[in-house]
Amino acid sequence: MNSKPVSVEAENQGGEGSAQVVGHVLQPGVDISHKVILYLEDISVSFDGFKALNNLNMTIDAGELRCIIGPNGAGKTTMMDVITGKTRPDSGTCFFGQTLDLTRMTEPEIAHAGIGRKFQKPTIFENHTVFENLELAMKTDKRVWASLFAWLDREGRDKIADTLKLIRLDQEADRQAGLLSHGQKQWLEIGMLLMQEPQLLLLDEPVAGMTDDETERTAELFKSLAGKHSLVVVEHDMAFIEQLGGKVTVLHEGSVLAEGSLAKVQADQRVIEVYLGR
Amino acid sequence: MRTPFTLRFLAAMPRSGWIAMGLFAAITLVLMPALHLFVPESHPLHVSNYVITLGGKIMCYAIVAVAMDLVWGYGGILSLGHGVFFALGGYAFGMYLMREIGTDGSYQSHLPDFMVFLDWKELPWYWAGSDSFLLTLLLVLAVPSLVAYVFGYFAFRSRIKGVYFAIITQALTFAAMLLFFRNETGFGGNNGFTDFKRILGYDITSPEMRATLFALSALVLMLTLLVGRYLVISKFGRILAAIRDAESRVMFIGYNPLHYKLLIWTVSAMLCGIAGALYVPQVGIINPGEMSPANSIEIAIWVAVGGRGTLIGPVIGAGLVNAFKSYFTVAFPEYWLFFLGALFVGVTLWLPEGVVGLWKRIKARGKA
Ligand SMILES: Nc1ncnc2c1ncn2[C@@H]1O[C@H](COP(=O)(O)OP(=O)(O)O)[C@@H](O)[C@H]1O
Ligand SMILES: [Mg+2]
Repeated sequence: MNSKPVSVEAENQGGEGSAQVVGHVLQPGVDISHKVILYLEDISVSFDGFKALNNLNMTIDAGELRCIIGPNGAGKTTMMDVITGKTRPDSGTCFFGQTLDLTRMTEPEIAHAGIGRKFQKPTIFENHTVFENLELAMKTDKRVWASLFAWLDREGRDKIADTLKLIRLDQEADRQAGLLSHGQKQWLEIGMLLMQEPQLLLLDEPVAGMTDDETERTAELFKSLAGKHSLVVVEHDMAFIEQLGGKVTVLHEGSVLAEGSLAKVQADQRVIEVYLGR
Repeated sequence: MRTPFTLRFLAAMPRSGWIAMGLFAAITLVLMPALHLFVPESHPLHVSNYVITLGGKIMCYAIVAVAMDLVWGYGGILSLGHGVFFALGGYAFGMYLMREIGTDGSYQSHLPDFMVFLDWKELPWYWAGSDSFLLTLLLVLAVPSLVAYVFGYFAFRSRIKGVYFAIITQALTFAAMLLFFRNETGFGGNNGFTDFKRILGYDITSPEMRATLFALSALVLMLTLLVGRYLVISKFGRILAAIRDAESRVMFIGYNPLHYKLLIWTVSAMLCGIAGALYVPQVGIINPGEMSPANSIEIAIWVAVGGRGTLIGPVIGAGLVNAFKSYFTVAFPEYWLFFLGALFVGVTLWLPEGVVGLWKRIKARGKA
């Protein structure tokens, strides 16, 4: 078992009231001295009495590539909502590294601390060009004043060009993002995530709607990111998960049902019953 | 390498935009004032009092329309209470105009007439300094933006959006109107301020003063367009549009929408306040009617008619609707509100992108 996170209150983390710290270039940085980047402990979330998460416990190691599977309604998306500050848990703690209490930070603060998220339904800026989408996501000073006078420099342009190549959208740079195919939108959102240079990437069903070829390339990309980044991938596509090759966690009715290698999980009788067997 | 700010600014508009702006400047800053001042009234080229005042008034409305478009067209925040900021700017400047009357009022008192009428013996504390022109300019800028900032802070922090936001802005302007209707509030009750005599000692009805106010209105309108243009093409503007389209995405990439909305909201209110201050000396009156809910809705209609999210659209919309209004309210005064309602429905149904959108479509068809 990993050591419990030390609940040191980093300064400027007073929840709502500390909105002004958002966007600082100098960030405290996530403390991964215990080799763990994310702790979820006894998290419960209920919607009108229905428990979407029920005493969920999970830890993600720094540099790990973790896959999350589970039937629809298991609470996978809700878990990501909790980590990114969109939903406040009714109980439980959620720490980013040793020091950052995510349940007390706002969405932009969490993003700035180094957590990036891809939504289940691709959400990009449809009226902006592909290039602008990446530009807005790029890691930089994101306070109002900086944005008023921001001007894209050489280095920024190069970074965007590199990402455009990586996500194979360099031909579409000046196209309106809303006109892209579904798979391309997924890639663009992944590209935006990379531009943020997060430590932890949360990817909710990233290959839904992609062709086999696109799926394979996505797997390659994610594997190349692991190590330097930590990734949490929610997927239903078993072939894709096998390709990724990381540890697998099975969620069911808001808590962890099984955890381990894909082979081990697939052999688990309870997992077969609630998920794989159907 | 960093591009100098002035160069960036020049790049903000295409050449045709700068040419149009230059033409507009020549007409409003030189030609019209000259035709008003130096061509004798009997001459067909003379620009009359009526025209110069109507023009100045419409340019004030155009400033408000552009300010409205910045929050609505680009920020996706529909305000149905922008009239309150316009009126606050107008009242702030109106206080100065009242003080400039001096002892030339009907009661020959150093107090404004309405205070004598209420049997007040001295100025209320918040009228202190209202005789200073500079302090008044400061108030014109500060009061509307401060009210907007505080209101916006709470509304945006509570993540109030869309129809709910529109409704509470209506409530804001309505509440302000009721407050200003009261005699005890100290702003002239339902009569408001009128019978102005001077600005900085100069006769307010003189042709020179009219021409000056007209040219100032044009100048502020042009500055508003330039500042607006810079805002919407800057990275700030792209983020603002992104907040309009997908706010949660913006938050998850690390921007706090609160500060972005608050800035454009406050700037917009400040522009409305300046417009109000220019408007009041030209029309010669300010009363709580300016804060009526219908007035604020009308502002939204100008923008919708001209075309949201285009900057030039709202100027055209404000011009068209108001030029038509000044004819219509004389010919069929009872029917104006009905007409305005029908116009709004019609534009929403058939011209969602307003006059500018129609023009673009015609041009595109011409090319095809
Ligand atoms: N905002 C919400 N309000 C009410 N119920 C919700 C809300 N979000 C999720 N749920 C419910 O919580 C459960 C878990 O949802 P979700 O986390 O989206 O599951 P998954 O992503 O694993 O399919 C579902 O039954 C869903 O209907
Ligand atoms: Mg889901």
